[in-house]
Amino acid sequence: MPKALKAGEIFSKGIWDENPVFRQILGICSALAVTNLMLNTFVMSVSLIFVTAMSNVTVSLLRHYTPARIRMMIQVLVIASYVIIVDIVLKAYLPEVSKQLGPYVGLIITNCIIMGRCEGFARSNPVWPSFLDGVANGLGYALVLLVVAFFRELLGFGALFGVRVMPEGFTQWTIMVMAPAAFFVLGIFIWIVYSFAPKEEKA
Amino acid sequence: METGLSASTILFAAIFTNNILLTNFLGMCSFLAISREVKSALGLGMAVTFVMTCTAGLNYLVYYKLLLPFDLAHFRFIIFIIVIAAFVQLVEMVVERYSPLLYVVLGVFLPLITVNCAILGVALFMIIRDYTFVQCVAYGFGGGLGWTLAIVALGGIREKIRKAPIPKGLEGPGITLIVTGLMALSFMGFSGMIQMQ
Repeated sequence: MPKALKAGEIFSKGIWDENPVFRQILGICSALAVTNLMLNTFVMSVSLIFVTAMSNVTVSLLRHYTPARIRMMIQVLVIASYVIIVDIVLKAYLPEVSKQLGPYVGLIITNCIIMGRCEGFARSNPVWPSFLDGVANGLGYALVLLVVAFFRELLGFGALFGVRVMPEGFTQWTIMVMAPAAFFVLGIFIWIVYSFAPKEEKA
Repeated sequence: METGLSASTILFAAIFTNNILLTNFLGMCSFLAISREVKSALGLGMAVTFVMTCTAGLNYLVYYKLLLPFDLAHFRFIIFIIVIAAFVQLVEMVVERYSPLLYVVLGVFLPLITVNCAILGVALFMIIRDYTFVQCVAYGFGGGLGWTLAIVALGGIREKIRKAPIPKGLEGPGITLIVTGLMALSFMGFSGMIQMQ
């Protein structure tokens, strides 16, 4: 069935072949900032999947009515609206996480992944594929972030999702939850991925 | 919260101990893309500093004089980004009109600045930390300088390592991230310099 194949293609592209973080090198700011705790990373990932998918849908719905010259402004407004919704929901239901994430929820607006998908896909594709594309890219982002956060929280706090996992005598690698380690872990992750699955051409 | 801090403390903190890029991870996308040589890094850095300082002040005024009195604080994300985009557009028009030379040098960077998360990030951080107007402008200026420092340093390093034997998998984003991490590590050495409660 052609439709199902296309959906599978969209997913494999968004999650692996054209992964927004390690292939397109987008969305790095938040990838580094929130990954010191898995819970925060999880919430951030869900938020991003929601905003990307819904923005894609909205931009796709409006694609025949949006004048070309102001389309970026329209996209930014659409994205910003969904981010406001996410921000309010988080403040109401997960105030602790919201406070720890701080401005990074608002910074989803400037996350290049979403703008990239709206501009590169949703603008010229129907609604359902755009929705799938948004979800797929969001999942690709989530994949990378959760792996990075897994190592950072495990080694930095000896815990996962706040639950102590490492044995009693384990000395915490405090550096892991501080800024430099974020760069190192992501860099090493990219190194491993590129070594086993190199890009055909340099983007 | 931190209203007791002087503007100069905030300025130096934003450059060294709480570097907007190395500590708060803001502005990474253009950082990774542009930092290949010192000249373009410096150009982008100066443009970012200018926009960051001015929009910090502008957004402060918009937030406290317009949004809060009308109970529209929820819309700050949209309003801030509109202010930033409008300001960049204005700067682009003014520069193009009055200094074609400067436009040739800086013009290509200006669209990049609008989506630079550092600029929106500065606006959001300063609201969260309850800064006064002077503190906001100092934070914007310091943030810009700190970002410029990081991107120029990285540009210099990337120029030097162009001939170095880097493992195949690390070329490109991998080595850039590791180098930036080492820079962040060394900036941590500044942490005793300034006391921020």
